[in-house]
Amino acid sequence: MSTFETRVLSACIAVAVLALRTGAAVAADAPHFGQPISAADTAAWDISVGPDGAGLPPGSGTPAQGAVVYAEKCAACHGDKGEGKPNARLVGGQITGNGPVVKTVGSYWPYATTLFDFTRRAMPWTAPKSLTDDEVYAVTAYILRLNGIIGDNDVIDAKTLPQVKMPNRDGFIPLFPGKH
Amino acid sequence: MTKSQHRQGAESLPRVAGNGLIDRRVLLSQGTAIAGAIGVGAATGAAAEPLANDPWSLAPGITIPPYGQPSRFEGKTVRTLTNPKLEPRGSAARTPHHLLNGTITPNGLHFVIARGGFPDIDPDKHKLLIHGRVKQPMIFTVEALLRYPMTSRVTFLECGGNSAPLYAKDPIQANVQALHGLVSCAEWTGVRLSTLFEEVGIDPEAKWFLAEGADAPTMHRSIPVSKAMDDAMIVLYQNGERINPSNGYPMRLLLPGYEGNMNVKWLRRIKVVDGPVMAQNETMGYTILLPSGKAWQFFYPQEVKSFISHPSPGMTMKGPGFYEISGLSWSGNGRISKVEVSADGGKSWALAALQTPVLSKALTRFRMAWNWDGSPAVLLSRATDEAGNVQPSRATFLAERGQPRASPPVTAFPMEHCNVISSWGVSAKGEVTNVYV
Repeated sequence: MSTFETRVLSACIAVAVLALRTGAAVAADAPHFGQPISAADTAAWDISVGPDGAGLPPGSGTPAQGAVVYAEKCAACHGDKGEGKPNARLVGGQITGNGPVVKTVGSYWPYATTLFDFTRRAMPWTAPKSLTDDEVYAVTAYILRLNGIIGDNDVIDAKTLPQVKMPNRDGFIPLFPGKH
Repeated sequence: MTKSQHRQGAESLPRVAGNGLIDRRVLLSQGTAIAGAIGVGAATGAAAEPLANDPWSLAPGITIPPYGQPSRFEGKTVRTLTNPKLEPRGSAARTPHHLLNGTITPNGLHFVIARGGFPDIDPDKHKLLIHGRVKQPMIFTVEALLRYPMTSRVTFLECGGNSAPLYAKDPIQANVQALHGLVSCAEWTGVRLSTLFEEVGIDPEAKWFLAEGADAPTMHRSIPVSKAMDDAMIVLYQNGERINPSNGYPMRLLLPGYEGNMNVKWLRRIKVVDGPVMAQNETMGYTILLPSGKAWQFFYPQEVKSFISHPSPGMTMKGPGFYEISGLSWSGNGRISKVEVSADGGKSWALAALQTPVLSKALTRFRMAWNWDGSPAVLLSRATDEAGNVQPSRATFLAERGQPRASPPVTAFPMEHCNVISSWGVSAKGEVTNVYV
């Protein structure tokens, strides 16, 4: 390659790099095949709940109301009082000491919002997303009550749920960002 | 290396480590060099039978099918299933590494963990929503995604709970499918996630997004935006064909090197969020409880690991003589830089040959020549990655994670991210078992 050709090539690369940096050429040439959608139209899928309560819907429930829902929809897999079998135990357990580690909502889960989120999206196993928001609040309240975390008459809703302090709230060490 | 150097190497091939390990160059050399190096130049077995034509050589064969299946004689090369009747719980399907070789996992044998079976998704109805902290929420259909520039990448995927049985208090007698079958490797093809994030106008200050599936439990995870901008992809093809239904058809998230569960299958939604949403699978699941009572959370890269697949527990060696030891190694932190093998329980080690190309965050096959003298042996492999991470011994691993309290069923997950060295005992009868050293 001659010196002249090298110079021309360098100049072309410089222009291309400049275009990339400004984004002008990229915007015009990049594929754009997404279809805009309004926030309102995403509501049916927008079900995730954050630990601060972001995403919690209107509605409410109490432990007593939740006991009724639980007996009908949950007890067959999780036991009459959340003792587990055939599936996950929800109540009691321990994560320290010399006995076997038993991770449950009460002994291990750091956020009560996760209980609402997971129940609404994934439970009951045979018919996920079939419970009403009131039913999910109620069954969340019942499981928290079985674990002795809230009282009999506490009402669980979008305001009270994020305020529930779980026993293992401070039990986690995030490795990102950090070790990795 | 030149041919003459090969020869020189072969002529002077030493026993490079105890109990019969032979310099890896024997595997890189010509066949005559192998024979010379291990001193078995002449055939030692009984003479072969006279040849005759078999029936398949004497008549036309079978119609070539539209989609080929493995030989009917390979019926044992299948995944093992933990929930074959789809009872109301999760399902795991494990890869039969003891019956495979090379590095790429056939699509029908790729491991799967699913919380509620796999969804039978019509690709014409499937949509991917990207919203949250973006300028314009958007829907991407499968048809639309297929129009984007594609990129291919060979990567392993590994469940965070793979190899958990190695953490048991006493060695669990099971084969490598049961012990290490939740890792697989494929060539994945799709669209860079950063391309789509640029199109929707992601908030430049955003640090986290969540990815969520279209399966019944609508499984979701929080993921750092930095990973999206590094090497994350929305993949549509697996080993050249559209993704297998049990592995995410019509699209899944691919986060090379990261814990399998985060590579969300049947992907239908990405939301750019303020921080981790504390999903069930990042609080209850995929966390590591330490002896202190505190638990590690957000443990993302699968750390450097290897195991010997040939020979491995459940196999029986057929008498003393030459064997190729081979196995798989990988790291979520980059390329494998070396694998060492020991035949004497870790007293001495030799470098294994790495099958090329050695790709970042992909399964890497290692091979070692061994002249077994018929006496008891303990085989180990120890991988090191390009970041300098070394696969830990059992003692080192337990010092950090704590002593196991029990030996639970082989399908249980008493530990996550268990990358302890595997040790296979070989008895004088040639029986291979899982042992601790």
